[in-house]
Amino acid sequence: MLEVKDLTKVYYSGFFKRTTIVAADNVSFKVGEGEIVSLVGESGSGKTTVAKIILRILPPTSESSKVFFEGKDVWMPKTLKELKWYWRNVHAIFQDPFASFNSIYRVVRALQQAFNLWEDLDGDRDRMIAEALKQVGLSPAEVLGKYPHELSGGQRQRIMIARCLMIRPKLVIADEPVSMVDASTRAEILKLFMEMRDQYRTSLIFITHDLGLAYYVSDRILVMYKGTIIEEGSPGEVMESPKHSYTKNLIKSVPLLLRKWTDI
Amino acid sequence: MIKMLLLSSDNLKAYYVLSEGTVRAVNGVSMEIDHEVIYGLIGESGCGKSTLANVLMMRIIPPLKFMGGSLLLNGVDLFKASDEYLRTRVWGKMVSMIPQSALSALNPTERVRDLIKYVLKTHNKELTDTEITEIARKRFEELNLPTDALNFYPHELSGGMRQRVTIAISTLLNPDLLIVDEPTSALDVSTQKVVLKLLKRLRDSKIVESILFVTHDIAVLRQIADQIAVMYAGKIVEMGQMEQVMQDPKHPYTKALVNSVLTPEPEIRKRGLTYIPGEPPDLSNPPPGCKFHPRCQHASEVCRAEEPTLRALGNGRYSACFLNESTTEV
Repeated sequence: MLEVKDLTKVYYSGFFKRTTIVAADNVSFKVGEGEIVSLVGESGSGKTTVAKIILRILPPTSESSKVFFEGKDVWMPKTLKELKWYWRNVHAIFQDPFASFNSIYRVVRALQQAFNLWEDLDGDRDRMIAEALKQVGLSPAEVLGKYPHELSGGQRQRIMIARCLMIRPKLVIADEPVSMVDASTRAEILKLFMEMRDQYRTSLIFITHDLGLAYYVSDRILVMYKGTIIEEGSPGEVMESPKHSYTKNLIKSVPLLLRKWTDI
Repeated sequence: MIKMLLLSSDNLKAYYVLSEGTVRAVNGVSMEIDHEVIYGLIGESGCGKSTLANVLMMRIIPPLKFMGGSLLLNGVDLFKASDEYLRTRVWGKMVSMIPQSALSALNPTERVRDLIKYVLKTHNKELTDTEITEIARKRFEELNLPTDALNFYPHELSGGMRQRVTIAISTLLNPDLLIVDEPTSALDVSTQKVVLKLLKRLRDSKIVESILFVTHDIAVLRQIADQIAVMYAGKIVEMGQMEQVMQDPKHPYTKALVNSVLTPEPEIRKRGLTYIPGEPPDLSNPPPGCKFHPRCQHASEVCRAEEPTLRALGNGRYSACFLNESTTEV
């Protein structure tokens, strides 16, 4: 369904002295229909860069870097119609969803804007919004009239998932979707992603720095380090028998509940 | 003679008084911190834990207002102390705090060594520059920090290093109590571990006596804390030894908190994704009775009408729930 081939992104900076940072170095992977793939890495590992290239927010540096979605090259010149098709089928959820929305408008506007992606849509729009909100456990009457700052992190993220449910994309790219949500309610958000997959066969690329979260939701985990994928496998394989020394170290640094560190 | 507690508070109250209403962020907190412990304070966002940290530090800035109760630190009643006394005797020497935004706490225009000089000179004008350099170098070596960092500007340091330098500077005067508020939540896990090691080292080498560690992450506390207090809606709902509380939580909220953890452990994965339903209450308009009852699966009639008090369960454990009956009130 999605194929990423030899993705490379190099950032240049400096004027007199040119410095280069290779954010992504020949990253290749595939995501199947209804599959949840986690991209795990610490800050600076290049995971967000990869997401941005897939989403057409950043262009790749190398000519040979390709992203195919349902067989179509994502970065080929596009008409607006094709772009809208892409945006409707590949949806992003970010860390703080409302950072990208205007905070002087009410929640209802953020949801209504989703309809701009359709050229022609029939059906009761208000009912679609209400149904999606109910699916994520929110009461439309309670949240629609509110401003973003009046909601908790968890509520905001659930509204973004409701927006996803209205659009029903084939692929969702979620970049640290629960890092602003309280630990006690993270599982609720993760459950919604998994339900979306079970109900609509939505694929998910889950980007996180938290191996723990990846362990719970993924079918496959890709560990990124310095721009490359250094480890790949099922959650069980990666956690119980990691091959790369970086992954081993990472696992040793995650605080656990049932086991106490002996080396601190 | 009974050894005096490092810190004890009794029915401490501090509210945010706003034109829209009063937010009861710290609403009757009684707690005790002994010598040589790492004390964990855990709760969800908006439960009042950061406000409590500020109050224990006597950093009460309007609209936050002190509403009653007492606070003893090393036997000194801090609410009776003068500003002068707080400035010269308490802050930095008795208690020091690393606030949540500490990653940007260092003045970007000064080198680390100049920041250190400023702190030491303020408290002791007689120190010479060579003495100060010597103190700084020694302290950095003691804490396993590279002494090169002394010559750097804050922006030249990585996030983890900046946090460690901030902690080192805040503890230059060997405070009795160090309060850290979410010191690792902005860091990667591998850097987090290094910062946790540093905190433990501060306590073990007796640079600070005790640490109050404020966080929402129970797995982090499990690795480092000796004792724990669980805060919900401005009140402490459970207290006790870390190991005991984690293995046998008495309050339904603590139980739910422990059960909502998502650590990469097969035993926990088998349990599946569990969470606490609903949202924490609005502290300007809290529900009647027990503040947790709208989210509690054990809630009964009495929970909706009356508020449970924190009761001693023996063995240094306390819980505020009607389920833990046949015990004596504190």
